Amino acid sequence: MSASDVLIVGGGQAGATAAITLRQLGFTGSVVILEATAELPYERPPLSKDYMLGQRTFETCLIRPARFWAEQKIDILTNAAVTAIDPTRQQVTLANGRNFGFGKLLWATGGTPRRLTCPGADLASVFTLHDKKDADAIAAKLDVPRRAVVIGGGYIGLEMAAVLRKRGHHVTVLEAQERVLARVAGEALSRFIEAEHRAHGVEIRLGAQLREFRGANGAVTSVVLVNGEELPADFVITGIGIVPVVAPLLAAGAAGGNGVEVDEFCATSLPGIYAAGDGARHHNRFAQGEWVRLESVQNATDQAITAAHAIAGQAKPYEALPWFWSNQYDLRLQSAGLNMGHDTALLRGDQAARSFAILYLREGRLIALDCVNRTKDYAAGKALVSSGARLDASRAADGNIPLKETLAG
Amino acid sequence: MVDLVVIDRTGAEHKFAAAPGMSLMETIRDQGIYDIKALCGGSCSCATCHVYVDSEAPLSAMSEDEDDLLDGTSERQKNSRLACQVILAEGMAPLHVIIAPED
Ligand SMILES: Cc1cc2nc3c(=O)[nH]c(=O)nc-3n(C[C@H](O)[C@H](O)[C@H](O)COP(=O)(O)OP(=O)(O)OC[C@H]3O[C@@H](n4cnc5c(N)ncnc54)[C@H](O)[C@@H]3O)c2cc1C
Repeated sequence: MSASDVLIVGGGQAGATAAITLRQLGFTGSVVILEATAELPYERPPLSKDYMLGQRTFETCLIRPARFWAEQKIDILTNAAVTAIDPTRQQVTLANGRNFGFGKLLWATGGTPRRLTCPGADLASVFTLHDKKDADAIAAKLDVPRRAVVIGGGYIGLEMAAVLRKRGHHVTVLEAQERVLARVAGEALSRFIEAEHRAHGVEIRLGAQLREFRGANGAVTSVVLVNGEELPADFVITGIGIVPVVAPLLAAGAAGGNGVEVDEFCATSLPGIYAAGDGARHHNRFAQGEWVRLESVQNATDQAITAAHAIAGQAKPYEALPWFWSNQYDLRLQSAGLNMGHDTALLRGDQAARSFAILYLREGRLIALDCVNRTKDYAAGKALVSSGARLDASRAADGNIPLKETLAG
Repeated sequence: MVDLVVIDRTGAEHKFAAAPGMSLMETIRDQGIYDIKALCGGSCSCATCHVYVDSEAPLSAMSEDEDDLLDGTSERQKNSRLACQVILAEGMAPLHVIIAPED
């Protein structure tokens, strides 16, 4: 049986970062990454942005060039999906039946796109967008103008709507909630983004209830709503979130539910087994200590760094500030902190001039902010959120006063 | 080719030549130097590729976004740049680069 000192399951953002960090910390033991797909580690954000637009090659999306992994003695086995973990014998089982032993294990498998279950959901040209394969299949549809329906008004759906409009397609976004970005952003940002997309010619249906997909010759031709309305569609992109891939860990006895639970060192409840990234539920300092599961490059990277430190015997707790970005049209969205539990939302700047920020406060302290074309506030806000700064609300709401000069007296 | 000297956070010096067309961030990352996180992939949305650059010739101008992001770091100096925003060009004077401390 093959074995390694550190075995990393999942060669995505977290898995790759953990391997790099181990070497950076001087860890000399063997490090192996088992990756389910055929690809070397790459960044996913471009898939719904410049890579989808054809402005960027896949090579430039790789987290490191191929030779790096060999130079660093990090073995990446592709097409190697793990299906089971035996924590006592310290081995995993792969889909091909082989076993692989480990000293320490890092589970970094991210999530898998949530799929619709309505009739017709398995028709051809109903896409999810999670990996390179998905992106390439969608990109192959973009050369001639078509009618696209995007299901889900979250970041990925909205970024895709922007890309599709840029490429000249007719786009309808169906959102089940009463506003887009309902899960992550405050109402003011939702309304602004909604208006921007409408101004760019995207049709947005809020409170839309999906009934089924209809098709011909096995491929989708329309989307039918519960109210009976039928929207013609040459293709459909669903962006309705991900489900963490943690079944083998939970089956092995790790604590968790929606994701696997980790402590501040990214350790699971199973000895010697760590987890990081989209699938890791943790107490976040910036969520007032609540359990959260964050889906962002920042979180995947910083948790991976945390896990690598613990594995290398240099443990330090996860305390990084959450941040996120998204690009749609010429809008640069940047967020820092977590807005859950805020009691006040302040608008700062000028929505009409398309440069503003929403500040989220809790008991007078800045806990998060969303910025649109407002990098100065974002940069200042990160520091203020980190330090738990108290703001003078009336000054903070005045976009002419630099944010760092709005501390409560 | 553009000649580079890069000092990483351990103080180690990396001397190499890189092909024009790439950004300084990609060049450093692809050289196998660990310290460049570049989390936003070079879209000028974070400040995790902060470097200090010296060159005999002026570098490309800084955008307002880059300037603002650098302002948000605690380690800004006169020669601070985001490495993803410095594109290597044919005939460019040699660059001396120090990777800024982590924020
Ligand atoms: C289209 C798109 C756009 C995004 N845009 C942004 C953005 O703008 N900003 C931002 O911060 N975040 C963005 N994200 C989110 C970000 O990419 C993720 O949060 C991040 O990649 C999570 O890292 P991870 O390592 O947990 O998972 P992933 O990067 O998803 O990596 C998990 C890896 O594990 C592999 N795997 C899964 N199961 C198994 C198994 N059983 N055995 C072996 N391998 C397995 C997968 O194939 C995958 O390679 C975007 C995501 C997508 C899909």
